[in-house]
Amino acid sequence: MIYLRLFWEFFQTGLFAVGGGMATLPFLQKMGASTGWFTAGQLADMVAVSESTPGPIGVNMATYVGFTCAGIPGAVIATLGLITPSVIIILIIAALLKNFRDNRYVNAAFYGLRPASSALIMAALLVLASTVFIHVDLARSAGPALTIDFKAVILGVVVLVLTRWVKWTKGLHPIVFILGSAVVGIVFRFAGV
Amino acid sequence: MHILLDLFLTCAKIGVMTFGGGMAMLPILQREVVEKKGWATEDELSDYYAIGQCTPGIIAVNTATFIGQKQKGVIGGIAATLGMVFPSLIIITLLAGLITSFSHLTWIQNAFAGIRVCVCVLIFNTVLKLAKKAIVDRKTVAIFLIIVIASCLTDLSPVVFVLFAAVCGIVIKGLEAKKA
Repeated sequence: MIYLRLFWEFFQTGLFAVGGGMATLPFLQKMGASTGWFTAGQLADMVAVSESTPGPIGVNMATYVGFTCAGIPGAVIATLGLITPSVIIILIIAALLKNFRDNRYVNAAFYGLRPASSALIMAALLVLASTVFIHVDLARSAGPALTIDFKAVILGVVVLVLTRWVKWTKGLHPIVFILGSAVVGIVFRFAGV
Repeated sequence: MHILLDLFLTCAKIGVMTFGGGMAMLPILQREVVEKKGWATEDELSDYYAIGQCTPGIIAVNTATFIGQKQKGVIGGIAATLGMVFPSLIIITLLAGLITSFSHLTWIQNAFAGIRVCVCVLIFNTVLKLAKKAIVDRKTVAIFLIIVIASCLTDLSPVVFVLFAAVCGIVIKGLEAKKA
């Protein structure tokens, strides 16, 4: 029953992803790897679309993954699965814990959770980057070969510089860089086709 | 207008206007919820937002639940939350269908191959932004490194690491309190 499975997978994601939308990425990546519903590359495309459309990124990603797995019902079920735990948790906090933010144990837990959230996203990024910047050729007769995709590395460095250090471009919305990279991809045939 | 419908529609409007999520949402929330509707004061809103950041789940959803709950209890919280996710459901479903039916075209494949590179950089920037607030001393550096390495080398679910990190935080802070 794919709908039940989808709901359960996203329920877990909503319950344990701490730190906003991108914190769901490591959960989604693990989900793709263990279920075979989508690849790391497909997930990257979903991140791009989610960043370029209105709505919270985490909700957009859940809807997209759900749609990819099981059509429109999948999109609805994945999204509901994602938000169910947070609705329950917030309703409890709103009703019972007036000073949740000042709670000693909550603060102590978050002292550990914040670096963990960054670390999990970093690890998910490393998995993704290994498919984007490095190509594995398993078909070669002399054994598998690793090649670095220099076109991708150059584009990556350019985007990094533009988003972090160039004064005129670093404040621009991500959609500008996503569209620019799409054009570069088309002009220089990044997929090799 | 009925309050539940109002909550749903206002949050849907905020959802549509949030472009890029997270911090981009705060000024829009302020205008719609504090200034136009008077559903919360500025201080309450920043409290909701801060708690939304340090509870599991999507920050926008958590904040919407708070706002709805204050107006109309549990049902209000649910109405506001459904409003917040409604635009995403419509927009993403339409786009996803469109992209799927064009994905065999070579120029679409080339475009997404370029976009994947950009996505790597954008995720990297998010990690740096989060890490700046999260990594504050040697112990947090250690937690960060242990989880990056363990997560890359093992097949363990992120759930395990999240639980591990929460326990680490409580134990470390407990020991520090004892020392002091």
